[in-house]
Amino acid sequence: MTKVTNILLAGVGGQGTLLASEVLSEVLMLAGYDVKKNEIHGMSQRGGSVSSHVRFGEQVYSPIIPEGETDILFGFELLETYRNLPLLKKGGAVITNNLKLMPPSVATGQERYPEGLEELICQQVEKSLVVDGLALAMEAGNPRTANIALLGALSTKIDVALELWEQALRKMVPEKFLEENLRAFELGRQAA
Amino acid sequence: MSKEILSGNEAIARGAFEAGVKVAVAYPGTPSTEILENTAHYPSIDSSWAPNEKVALEVGIGSCFGGARSLVTMKHVGVNVAADPLFTLSYTGVRGGLVLVVADDPELHSSQDEQDSRHYARAAKVPMFEPADSQEALEYTRLAFEASEQFDTPMFLRTTTRISHSKSIVETGEPVTGLPEPSLERNPPKLVMLPGNARKRHVFVEQRLKDMAEWSCSQSFNRIEERSAEVGVITAGVAYQYAREVLPDASVLKLGLVYPLPVQLVKDFASRFKTLYVVEELEQFLEDQIRALGIEVIGKDRLPICGELTPGRVREALFAEKLQPAYQTTIDLPNRPPNMCPGCPHRGVFYALNRLKAFVTGDIGCYTLGFMPPLSAMDTCVCMGASVGNASGLNKVLTGPDKQKVVGVIGDSTFLHTGINGLMDMVYNGSTATLIILDNRITAMTGRQENPASGFTLAGDPSARVDLEQLCRSVGIRSVRKVNPWNLEETRQVIKEEMEREEPSVVITEAPCILIKRDVGQRKPPLVIDPDKCTGCKACLKIGCPAIEWQPDAGERGKAYVNQLLCVGCGICDQLCKFDAYSEVTND
Repeated sequence: MTKVTNILLAGVGGQGTLLASEVLSEVLMLAGYDVKKNEIHGMSQRGGSVSSHVRFGEQVYSPIIPEGETDILFGFELLETYRNLPLLKKGGAVITNNLKLMPPSVATGQERYPEGLEELICQQVEKSLVVDGLALAMEAGNPRTANIALLGALSTKIDVALELWEQALRKMVPEKFLEENLRAFELGRQAA
Repeated sequence: MSKEILSGNEAIARGAFEAGVKVAVAYPGTPSTEILENTAHYPSIDSSWAPNEKVALEVGIGSCFGGARSLVTMKHVGVNVAADPLFTLSYTGVRGGLVLVVADDPELHSSQDEQDSRHYARAAKVPMFEPADSQEALEYTRLAFEASEQFDTPMFLRTTTRISHSKSIVETGEPVTGLPEPSLERNPPKLVMLPGNARKRHVFVEQRLKDMAEWSCSQSFNRIEERSAEVGVITAGVAYQYAREVLPDASVLKLGLVYPLPVQLVKDFASRFKTLYVVEELEQFLEDQIRALGIEVIGKDRLPICGELTPGRVREALFAEKLQPAYQTTIDLPNRPPNMCPGCPHRGVFYALNRLKAFVTGDIGCYTLGFMPPLSAMDTCVCMGASVGNASGLNKVLTGPDKQKVVGVIGDSTFLHTGINGLMDMVYNGSTATLIILDNRITAMTGRQENPASGFTLAGDPSARVDLEQLCRSVGIRSVRKVNPWNLEETRQVIKEEMEREEPSVVITEAPCILIKRDVGQRKPPLVIDPDKCTGCKACLKIGCPAIEWQPDAGERGKAYVNQLLCVGCGICDQLCKFDAYSEVTND
């Protein structure tokens, strides 16, 4: 069977993982791949952990990534990146935001946010890249563009022409936020 | 034709458009909701939200009797509500095609049970298609309308969460033309299901199933993929995709129509293989029927009934291969469950119920999250509308202080769905329970869909709005009180008085969902905490607001902090602070 590449996006509801996965899938379709993408809506959206599976190749069957076959773990929040580490393939890569968002038990003082997650990830995974998404987004002019800055970092690891990324962003990002998102995307590419 | 990347739900909406559907009706329910949100984009389709699934199907039946192709969609548990008209519709058959989309939720991502709707196909004798990706979702929707009219039957189209919400590449087609215009046509022997007529229709239904089982053997939606001569697989739906991952060399009989079974096709296929697997999610629906033909298979003796399948679960079950992850987490990680949004008007109500030590019969909606700590104020949750009857039943058997503690809690949309019937029972049979209607003017949990108490339609047009207070009074509730749930003390006091009242009573909390776009004006500037005033007493943490974060290392015993990106300034926390530490952000 021909090789399928698996990208797992992990984050917290409300962080814009959905838009990032939509742009990513569009780009891969434009590049001529078969693409499948899956995520869970509903109950899990209310500030809970969210993940989105994107698979591409000559022909893709399962819409969810077979366990342990994730090629790139693309994390939007440190704890969520770390939580999904067991799904990563041996020799796979991690691209993660360095943002920390408190889960309810931490926000209410029942538990502490685990320390040293960045180091734990980098020690275990040779191909790991930590990005300060918020800083890049602020530099681009809007803190809400962090998801697209992270996507810029991811784009350097996927063999797809730059024009297609721009084409997809122009199609899927609302016009009035387009310029700052294009800036964030470029800053993300430079940071990778 | 053009290529697009569509979710299963978007593809079904597109298929309905191409099939010439005139009427689409639904009650929202994950994972089915987006179908109607997408049919609403096609001007040729009249798309609307019904108050519940039974009404949705009855409206669809009416337009189908008028000769229009009609689409009705719901989640799996919605079919329980719509089952009554469904079973009779099977007898009447159709005039314009009627397709009922049912979206199952294996793994209970957003549901209260894991029922397998394929059993409804068999029980109601309604044939069922099951797509395995978005392309098939579109094609089977079109096929289902054709088959519906060809065989004079309603058709099921069954999806599961992974089909509804997965996106894949779809080639779209052109809409059909030349369908007859709707009109009146009297046909009592077919449409008036009195015993004398229905007896004859039952005979028709039995013959219809036999005809379809035979027809289905030669249709391309039931396809054989030739590979191994030794190993065969019979499968359908998303399980087909997992079977292709795990058994790439096996020959496959991929069923598009999962009921009635194409018996001869199955027998012929099965006879060629030494090893035959049946790979299906949830119940052994196909397997039981295949075994009844005298065919030995490997299926649910190895595959799980509970939970959804995944490639890994199928591999592990069939071959006892336990996957060892290459990377492990080495420390305990705090969970991140869903939570009510910052500024959610339900939060203060559940805080009050917690303080009053009420026994809360709950219902289905965002407010089911009132179950979560620290609010921890929900004691039962059964199904849509159950809070009211459950409260009455408890009220019947309890005495003294326990009797007064029972409070039903239900949202506006759920109340109009099936709660109102329970309220009539409360009055009629003399219950003294209290019902709280959380009126946020929207069906929030499924993503903010309009309902009869919203004042807007699915298309966003203004419409008549059910007056909940007048409705409750008209069924005979004498004490109906409205409160502002942003005011904690008022809310607590009113609920307390009504709990003590020796007659049935209703409290309506009035505040729109904070996420309704047309009501964004209710958002206020975020609050800040003065660290010099915060004593670290943690009183404000008891409402579990995601915008309030505890900083354990600040001050002597820790301090609370407001996340400025999340806070919408609702001020519930401010009412809990005894040290006046909260204030609005000022610009100086």
